[in-house]
Amino acid sequence: MLKIKDLQIGFSTPAGIAPALKGVSLEIGRGETLAIVGESGSGKSVTALAITRLLPTPPAIYQGGSITFEGRDLLTASDAELRKVRGGKIAYIFQEPSTSLNPVYSIRSQMAEMIQLHRPDVTDINAEIIRWLDAVGIVDPATRLNDYPHQLSGGMQQRVMIAMALSARPDLLIADEPTTALDVTIQKQILEKLRELQRDLNMAVMLITHNFAIIRGLARNVAVMYRGEIVEYGETEQVLSNPQHSYTKALIACIPRLGDHRHRLPTIESNP
Amino acid sequence: MVIVFFALIAGGSLLLSATGHDWPCDPNLTNLELKLLPPSPQHWLGTDNLGRDVLSRMMHGASISLTVGLIAVAVSLGIGMVVGAIAGYFGGIIDQILMRAVDALLCFPTFFLILTVVALLGPSLLNIVIVIGLVSWTGTARLVRSEFLTLRETEYVKGARVLGQNAWHIITRHILPNAAAPILVTAVLGIPDAILQEAGLSFLGFGVQPPQATWGNIIADGKTYLLDAWWLNLFPGLAILIASLSFYLAGDALREAAESRS
Amino acid sequence: MISFIIRRLALSVVLLFIISIISFFIVTLTPGSPYPWGELNPKISAEVKANFRKKFHLDRPLHEQYALIMRDLFTGNLRSIKDDRPVISRILERLPATVALNLTAIVISLSFGTLLGVYAARYNGHWQDALGSFIAFLFIALPGFWITYMVVIALVKGFGVPILGTHSYGIEFPNSFASGLDTLWHLLLPATILALGGIASQSRYLRATMIESLREDYIRTARSKGLSEEIVLYKHALRNSIRPIIAGIGMVLPALIGGAVVIETIFAYPGMGRLGYEAVLERDYPTLVALNFVVAALVLLGNLISDLLSAAVDPRVRLE
Repeated sequence: MLKIKDLQIGFSTPAGIAPALKGVSLEIGRGETLAIVGESGSGKSVTALAITRLLPTPPAIYQGGSITFEGRDLLTASDAELRKVRGGKIAYIFQEPSTSLNPVYSIRSQMAEMIQLHRPDVTDINAEIIRWLDAVGIVDPATRLNDYPHQLSGGMQQRVMIAMALSARPDLLIADEPTTALDVTIQKQILEKLRELQRDLNMAVMLITHNFAIIRGLARNVAVMYRGEIVEYGETEQVLSNPQHSYTKALIACIPRLGDHRHRLPTIESNP
Repeated sequence: MVIVFFALIAGGSLLLSATGHDWPCDPNLTNLELKLLPPSPQHWLGTDNLGRDVLSRMMHGASISLTVGLIAVAVSLGIGMVVGAIAGYFGGIIDQILMRAVDALLCFPTFFLILTVVALLGPSLLNIVIVIGLVSWTGTARLVRSEFLTLRETEYVKGARVLGQNAWHIITRHILPNAAAPILVTAVLGIPDAILQEAGLSFLGFGVQPPQATWGNIIADGKTYLLDAWWLNLFPGLAILIASLSFYLAGDALREAAESRS
Repeated sequence: MISFIIRRLALSVVLLFIISIISFFIVTLTPGSPYPWGELNPKISAEVKANFRKKFHLDRPLHEQYALIMRDLFTGNLRSIKDDRPVISRILERLPATVALNLTAIVISLSFGTLLGVYAARYNGHWQDALGSFIAFLFIALPGFWITYMVVIALVKGFGVPILGTHSYGIEFPNSFASGLDTLWHLLLPATILALGGIASQSRYLRATMIESLREDYIRTARSKGLSEEIVLYKHALRNSIRPIIAGIGMVLPALIGGAVVIETIFAYPGMGRLGYEAVLERDYPTLVALNFVVAALVLLGNLISDLLSAAVDPRVRLE
């Protein structure tokens, strides 16, 4: 369904062009979950945003490669085609739900916008919104319709974002560090909800995280990124039990486990 | 680049008038035989209704406009900085009182006020400059105050206080240098405002009086001959426009430079 | 909300009080003869002068003068030195024209200022941005009276179009609609010139706030939803950026009324700006005091309205 081949992206800076992605290739099939793991700066968010050309192109430059979605090359698609894909076929949820929702519009209005744009078949929009809010686990959704984002807790905001993204029934959900900004207790709930919804909707998910610990049980395949390249790619169970690349090994070794007696957590040489 | 060009023009005319030299001829020399002539090789910008050369009058007018601009801004800067510094540094009730006073002053239509005072006091260069300065300080005051409010809480100011340095010392040595950039920008941006106010005053007859030429009163003189002697209106107005524009552009460039540094 | 309005009105009363004192002092303490006919006119006897002084309370000490003027102002008895008519009626007859002019100017400056500001922010970093900024600075730097004359020369001489006053002189209109259009036409030109400065400053301010808003995460979300760039700009970004502009509208009023003086003079438009100018020329200080008061009151009202409007636009605003 989605195939990225040899994607190269650079960022223009006063000191020249800094390479961000040095030839990234990956694939996601229908209903599959792919996790992309790496530390900050490894290029995972850039990959995600690049898929629907959401990177602001003054600094970013698409230098090469292709992104094929359902047979269409997204890098050369027209603006109109791109806009149909965005939201309707490929939806996003981001890391900071508190700033990712527009503060001056109500929940209802922001969700309605999504539904009206991509699901013209829906006649009762309010009912649809309530359905989705309920599906993500928001208590008493009807009372929340006219709330503004700042009136909701972080966990609830993220649930709203998920509801909004899914309400267009996309084929692929790209989740960029969806739980990093949330409490640990909420993280688990949200991830489980995500897994449940994915199953119900038979939706593909690209999960981006720096935390290896959460992908188990969630993602079938994993790609490990380091400094703009994919250094390891395969089935999660395989990679976790038998990592090939030194970076992967180090990452896995960093996962704190109950019962550990180490005094210092192992570190990895950081990204320049 | 554009800025440099305009700045040169501004500086050039100031220099020219400051040297007291009459160029190309005496601006007050009247010659009724030559009245209301359109631009020609002898009179590049034409002559006015009394036969005076417009170009010379405009060169002299330049010195007035620029003087007003600079000194009025200096006055408003002075008042604004003092008021803003006191309000921002001491805070509390002093701040509240001063800010209410600023609010009250802002409710006045400034041009109106200037007009009133100048009309009643008499239109001399000194009066005009002082009055314009007196009504324009509010912007500087607010800016200075907000800079002070933020800078007051910085570590080095707190450190200075702990060391027991007195208020004056702290204000001049620590806070002012850091607030200097935005203050300078406001100052430069205020110059064209003063120039425009002065032009408006001259136009209404309340600026510096004839026979001294100002850009505003050349236009005012030309008002009666409007439909026939278009050059009496076009050139001085263009001069005002270019002068103001160059200061605005310069100020904006300064502001961008200051912002990119901080 | 109600308590906010009440507190604001109370504050306004205090401010008006201060303003009235300031304007009173400015007007009465500046040197110059108060007599409309000149200090040394030999035709006026000392008795007439004495009567004049008595009538306008000039023989009382300053604080009494102030109190008396205030009393007269509020009872509608304050009379103009010029023609002995109640000042209030002189002001009121000019008020509708002034309000029409200023309101139109505000509408023009808001709409074009917004368009220009969004345009510049959208193309930030490209030549369109520099163009937008240049236009903005051009507008501010334009001396109102100069451009007015240039336009007058062009329209009147070039096209023979009447533009002075509020109605075309000597032309009969077949119905009130046409006559209304004529009034609108006469209003449009001065209002536009008046609005130029506002367009410029609002567009610059909006550009700055829009550029900041466009960096926010929710814009990325909006784009990821597949919305067109126009919707992203005008629906999502604009509403977050426009609050300072709307809050600042109240403060634009003094500048408008002041700037209107020159414009009203040239266009022969019967507004309060010209009334003030004439009052200054005639040293009609009761009119001046009353005018300053009315203007200040309008400004405070304008501030209140703009604060309420900005709360309506942005739900995060807390009225304190």
